[in-house]
Amino acid sequence: MPRYFTKDHEWIEVEGDAATVGITEYAQSQLGDITFVELPAAGASVGKGDSCSVVDSVKAASDVYAPVSGSVTEGNAALEDQPELVNSDAEGAGWLWRMTLSDAGELADLMDEGAYKAYVAEL
Amino acid sequence: MVPSLRAESTFVSDLNDIPANDFEDPEVPSGPLELPLDAWHRARGGRMVDFAGYAMPVQYEGIIAEHVWTRTSAGLFDVSHMGQLYISGEGVEAALEAALPIDLSTLPLGGVRYSLLLDETGGILDDLMVTRWGTGFYLVVNGATKWDDIAHLREILPDAVTINHLDDSALLALQGPKAAEALAPLVRGEQALEDLSFMRGAAFTFAGKLGDVDAWISRSGYTGEDGFEISIPAGKAAEIADQIAAQPQVRLVGLGARDSLRLEAGLPLYGHDMTADNEPVEAGLAFGINKRRRAEGGFPGAERVIEALMEGPARRRIGLSIEGRMAAREGAVVLLGDNPVGTVTSGGFSPSLERPIAMAYVESAHAAPGTSLFIDVRGRKLSATVVPMPFVPHRYHRKGAA
Repeated sequence: MPRYFTKDHEWIEVEGDAATVGITEYAQSQLGDITFVELPAAGASVGKGDSCSVVDSVKAASDVYAPVSGSVTEGNAALEDQPELVNSDAEGAGWLWRMTLSDAGELADLMDEGAYKAYVAEL
Repeated sequence: MVPSLRAESTFVSDLNDIPANDFEDPEVPSGPLELPLDAWHRARGGRMVDFAGYAMPVQYEGIIAEHVWTRTSAGLFDVSHMGQLYISGEGVEAALEAALPIDLSTLPLGGVRYSLLLDETGGILDDLMVTRWGTGFYLVVNGATKWDDIAHLREILPDAVTINHLDDSALLALQGPKAAEALAPLVRGEQALEDLSFMRGAAFTFAGKLGDVDAWISRSGYTGEDGFEISIPAGKAAEIADQIAAQPQVRLVGLGARDSLRLEAGLPLYGHDMTADNEPVEAGLAFGINKRRRAEGGFPGAERVIEALMEGPARRRIGLSIEGRMAAREGAVVLLGDNPVGTVTSGGFSPSLERPIAMAYVESAHAAPGTSLFIDVRGRKLSATVVPMPFVPHRYHRKGAA
């Protein structure tokens, strides 16, 4: 399944017209200890670049943006009790929400893993 | 008395903002300067951020781990960005009493006292610690305000009184219940380190590689724990920091945990929980102005401060305990029902209490402990209760205590 990345440090893994979204390992390492994740409601319609979620760390609250447009199908319920999953497994069990895509063409604007790694290396 | 999260009124950032802006002080325009332990922190994994114009470590292993370690063992902080001043000269005592609402007549040699730098209308320009040395006074002021403080003091102190900025001194803080146990074997002095009580200081020496290293050590800090603040020559800072960090009780702690520790301890942060727009009474800091100074006045802003003491302030700095896990941060509006009654000045997740806490100014009518309020966080109304501060009890080594 292809995985894409944004300059705002979100990842999106696409399977057909459905996708899973989270923040990257780099993002979690920069945020530090995560204490709360505000998730989008199932059924919410989101536009590319909209703020969909807020990740609270000890330091600050940070917006997480939708990498593409579509409709939210579920938030990661495990994060309600274990927000620290985003620290321990940001690109796996610490995913934030699942969504359907309304325009798969938007994926073309995103980076693949190699391009994202090069981008982070420059930061 | 130090660190800051962000000073902006917005409290939501991009993920992209995190490293750069989080601890940035917008008052300081130039790029970050290096402090004596810059390379030392980097070599030990400190994540450096711009704070008060200096590159400072915000964390090493992680804020929560460092916070909990300080509460249970001992954390070593570098606070060399703070301003260390030595004030001396003919008439220094009377001159300082005219500049600060402090009572120096009861401050013994080596005694440390909290005070405030006020403007003519009683607005708080800074908070600071004043220690009596043999021939003058040693002041520790906030890093972000030290240049303004020095300029202000130069203006109001008479010419016969000299201000020395001790900018060739570093300042370390060792805080936590095992701080004394960790530091005592490393220092020698005319008195045993253990015999220092809270808010007392004395001269000690560390055994350095090339001979003794002089240190001024006071039993004080900004975490609510027992602990010490250690002033040493900048050139010896790495060597002394090495000695302290090598003690098994000690781990390195950055500015992030310093902020969460002081918040739990109910200690206000200058520039956030008090500014020039606040007078000491509403800020809950009138304890630093004793009976004699209240009666006699004779310090900047005395008229307004005394009026606030007599009539009670219109608003007060309070503590809020918040339900759920979402933190409320600086700038969030405090509501009684749907009506705004105040503003959060600092807030975050409390690692010790495992819930969000905040400081806020609210109208005095709604400041009593037990009052149920709400905080608007990004359109969500969080339930909050006014609680007494500190949020986590202080554990100072007070005189006469075990």
